Amino acid sequence: MSKPLPPPKRKNPLRKTPAPLSPQGVRSRTGHGLTAAAAQGRFALQVCADCGAIVYPPRDACPVCLSARLPFRDIDNTGTLIAETTVRVSTDSYFREHLPWRVGTVKLDAGPVLVAHLHEDAREGARVRLALKLDKSGAPVMLALPAQETDNMQDDPQLRELTCDPKFRRVLITDGRTAVGQAMAKAFSDAGAAIVFVGLADQWKPFPGMDALRAIERVEVVPLDVTDTESVAEQAQQNGGRVDIVVNTAEYIRAGGIVDRQGLTVARTEIDVRYLGLLRLAQAFGPAMRARGGDGINSATAFVNLLSVYALMNWPSYGAYAAVEAACLSATQAMRAELRPGGVKVVNVFFGPLETEWFEAVPPPKVAPARLASAVIDALRQGLEDMFVGEIAQDVRARLAVNPKALERELAG
Amino acid sequence: MVDRKSYDGVAVCAPVTIPYRRFSTNSAHWWIGRALRELTRRASLRPKDLDGLSVSSFTIGPDTAIGLTQHFGLAPRWLDHVPLGGASGVVALRRAARAVQAGDADFVACVAGDTNHVDSFRKTLSTFSRFAQDAVYPYASGGANASFALITRNYMNAYGARREDFAKICVAQRDNAIGFPYALMKAKLTLDDYMSARAVCDPIHLYDCVMPCAGAEAFLVCREEAARSLGLASVRVLSTIERHNAFADDPIQIRGGWALDVAEFWAMAGIGPGDVDLLETYDDYPVIALMQFEDLGFCQKGEGPEFVRSHTLTNDGSFPHNTSGGQLSVGQAGAAGGYLGLVEAIRQLTGQPLGGVVPDARIAVVSGFGMINFDRGLASGAAALARAA
Amino acid sequence: MTDPLAFARAIATGAVRVIDLTQTLAPDFPTIALPPEFGQCAPFRLEEISRYDTRGPAWYWNNFSMGEHTGTHFDAPIHWVSGKDLPNNAVDTIDPAKFIAPAAVIDCSTESARDADFVLTVAFVEAWEARHGKIEPGNWVLLRTDWSKKPPNAYAGMREDGAHTPGPSPEVVKWLVEQRDVRGFGTETIGTDAGQAHHFNPPYPAHFYMHGKGRFGLQCLTNLDLLPPKGAVIVAAPLKIKQGSGSPLRVLALVPGTAS
Repeated sequence: MSKPLPPPKRKNPLRKTPAPLSPQGVRSRTGHGLTAAAAQGRFALQVCADCGAIVYPPRDACPVCLSARLPFRDIDNTGTLIAETTVRVSTDSYFREHLPWRVGTVKLDAGPVLVAHLHEDAREGARVRLALKLDKSGAPVMLALPAQETDNMQDDPQLRELTCDPKFRRVLITDGRTAVGQAMAKAFSDAGAAIVFVGLADQWKPFPGMDALRAIERVEVVPLDVTDTESVAEQAQQNGGRVDIVVNTAEYIRAGGIVDRQGLTVARTEIDVRYLGLLRLAQAFGPAMRARGGDGINSATAFVNLLSVYALMNWPSYGAYAAVEAACLSATQAMRAELRPGGVKVVNVFFGPLETEWFEAVPPPKVAPARLASAVIDALRQGLEDMFVGEIAQDVRARLAVNPKALERELAG
Repeated sequence: MVDRKSYDGVAVCAPVTIPYRRFSTNSAHWWIGRALRELTRRASLRPKDLDGLSVSSFTIGPDTAIGLTQHFGLAPRWLDHVPLGGASGVVALRRAARAVQAGDADFVACVAGDTNHVDSFRKTLSTFSRFAQDAVYPYASGGANASFALITRNYMNAYGARREDFAKICVAQRDNAIGFPYALMKAKLTLDDYMSARAVCDPIHLYDCVMPCAGAEAFLVCREEAARSLGLASVRVLSTIERHNAFADDPIQIRGGWALDVAEFWAMAGIGPGDVDLLETYDDYPVIALMQFEDLGFCQKGEGPEFVRSHTLTNDGSFPHNTSGGQLSVGQAGAAGGYLGLVEAIRQLTGQPLGGVVPDARIAVVSGFGMINFDRGLASGAAALARAA
Repeated sequence: MTDPLAFARAIATGAVRVIDLTQTLAPDFPTIALPPEFGQCAPFRLEEISRYDTRGPAWYWNNFSMGEHTGTHFDAPIHWVSGKDLPNNAVDTIDPAKFIAPAAVIDCSTESARDADFVLTVAFVEAWEARHGKIEPGNWVLLRTDWSKKPPNAYAGMREDGAHTPGPSPEVVKWLVEQRDVRGFGTETIGTDAGQAHHFNPPYPAHFYMHGKGRFGLQCLTNLDLLPPKGAVIVAAPLKIKQGSGSPLRVLALVPGTAS
């Protein structure tokens, strides 16, 4: 059983903040098949398309039949921990800061043997479940978990290093005016966040749910307008040094395509709120978060983006909106590279139409704000980079993988 | 069994060790160059007489053996690069022997050397192999210590080996090293020292680990007549084996490739384990020495611990093993670690040991093992050597 | 006093004082809020170009953006559909002489404090004229409510049914234009019309009648409490935006000073 994580002590202001360090993140090109699976929380290894052999480590020819057809496929993640060791001496700066560190040899039921990080409840000789995680360098690693859930399992130090658990962390939700923002505040409070800063622009404008928002435990409403560079900068000056997770809930959703829209005012606002808003947040909060990526159990850990799944393929009914979401998606890819040196994950949570006023004419299935919020918590607890919430988002992703052109034509209606 | 051609007519001579240093500001080229110079001096050859060259090194990058020919001003007609770590010595030997036997070369200088800059060990580890990069190094970067900790742990679970058994190997080797002038660790090691040392990667403790260092080793392979005419004491090659990636289906390494070829090894040599006067195993960790006792047939599989308990393992005792102290006492100079036992065996069999003497040593077995590509050592090899008549 | 230099001297000596009726342009100053499906007036935004740094080592400057109706601003007749066909109805074509005119300042701060939905009526203005004299043709009428002194929430006065802020009745606007020939109508609130003026008939009468007759609007004014009921001259020259419907501007009031 893992020990429950004690609440972090107040920071000693005279102590140097530990530098953010990362394990070696270099992987072979084929090895990034594991990155793709880990980013979405799947457990996948290469399976030979010709002879069915399951192989690890990643390679470019099947060691049974020399076939080059070795796609990554989801496979059974159970196995046995046949030997473990506690590493007390390491050549790597990151691990030197975290020693001792347990690793072990796991024999998968599916065949391959692999070296894995060990959850403290994974014990030599016992059955384990393997999970693919992205470590602080953003590279995929295996983690052996106990076969069954154990008490305080999520508090295991090695698991916590590989994930972005909101527990005891300080969160900034950038816009509390929206239903999604409010659901997010509630979800983070319930998940044990130490403080939930909730940004509000134009506080002179009342909105539904305002009182309920302020009543959520550990919620602190702060002035923040993502369309105002100065406002974002001021909020970062105020709280940027202690924000561990940013969740950008600022939204601007308007129906309409490109050709039949009149003028650019709406488009400019879409860009201002979503794309430029993201840039403002990234510039204001990114550097401090990156510097605090190694700051103990409540280190800065994640920048969460809520993205329309139509960022991946335009939906002409909301064509201009989808285009801006695509721009945001592109920006988050750059941010990933830029925040990676600090071990800060950029988590993209994709959704289809929401159960909110801006999608009222869209038929179900739709994603309720509370479901989106719990998906974000789940993504952080798992340490994912990409999550697809709801049937539509999953559907778009799946169809995109099969035939992007078909998806493009079908979304055109 | 295929009837293998003998190594008749081949002589192995001129054992060279360039004294090791913990750290060196010199390059691998410098170390290899020194070894070649010492080799030619001992053999009374001019550099241009070397018409064969076999090189092993982890740290000559970006060069390979071909670059060294120009670097050293050699014009060999036979060239080999053997990047096999701990198996380099045996593999270089068997290839060179065949080249000489076939007349493709007259004088093959086999040399292994590496430098050890302050940071080179870490750099070597992190880029050791693609599998290491993808599937081992990111797991706490414990290097070979972590990999062998898992292997050791599994071996202890499987066969009841105790830390005391590993201690026996390490302590005996240290006793053997005490007279060896080039050993980096010559202070006596007691069982108590061993048992109370700090843990590195459980169950690997400090004295289970070799010390990375800089150094070089070399020997010469030529025809027996040539050796005689140069007045060089030499040894004969009775048999060799080489095997890579054996037993891939074993979930964790509990035996090496020797076990696959052991029958052929003894049959070709025409002797049995009982005829061996000294054994030089590859000892990056004591567990692997134990496996070599078993897999080369000195005892049954799983009886390694009992075998260790029933022998002194010292030069003056019942089963002389790693007679210069092995890498555990001398240090691990990169690929030269794969030559250390072979060069020491040549010295013992030719009556020119630098340290402790194995009395009347006539037959030696040298074993190599190397390249933890992912979770286990891939390369294995062995050679049986005899004092020339 | 027809000599502009004499006027300048009066300013210099303090014989004529200058009062700034302008709110500072800042990002958090409320702008008019329409239902979200309509196009919106952009709030004031400032983007630093450089500040003695790598982007420009020795100089500080900004780009700013906003709508024509952001902050203290001027409404031209073209702003409203009722004034769309008038000649010279945009900020760039209005006769600049019209940017300077006296003001009648009608104090209804007490009434507004009592009732956020206070509506200015003809009777109220007639009572004011009884005390201060008739409003002269060509004058601005400025509605003093002290609204500019309120904190942002109360200033915007937003409730579930929209804004609650004081403003003129349809009758009084029509009367001011037709009976008093005013230059325009100015307020401290976000619009020249009352917060609930979308329920009036016609809706937004200050916009409908003033602009329909080629008159102007000024909103988001401040410091109206420093002005005399009569005797102040307003300088309100909008930016010369091509076919602009209005413009943020600096509004100055010239009032008699105490100095010699």
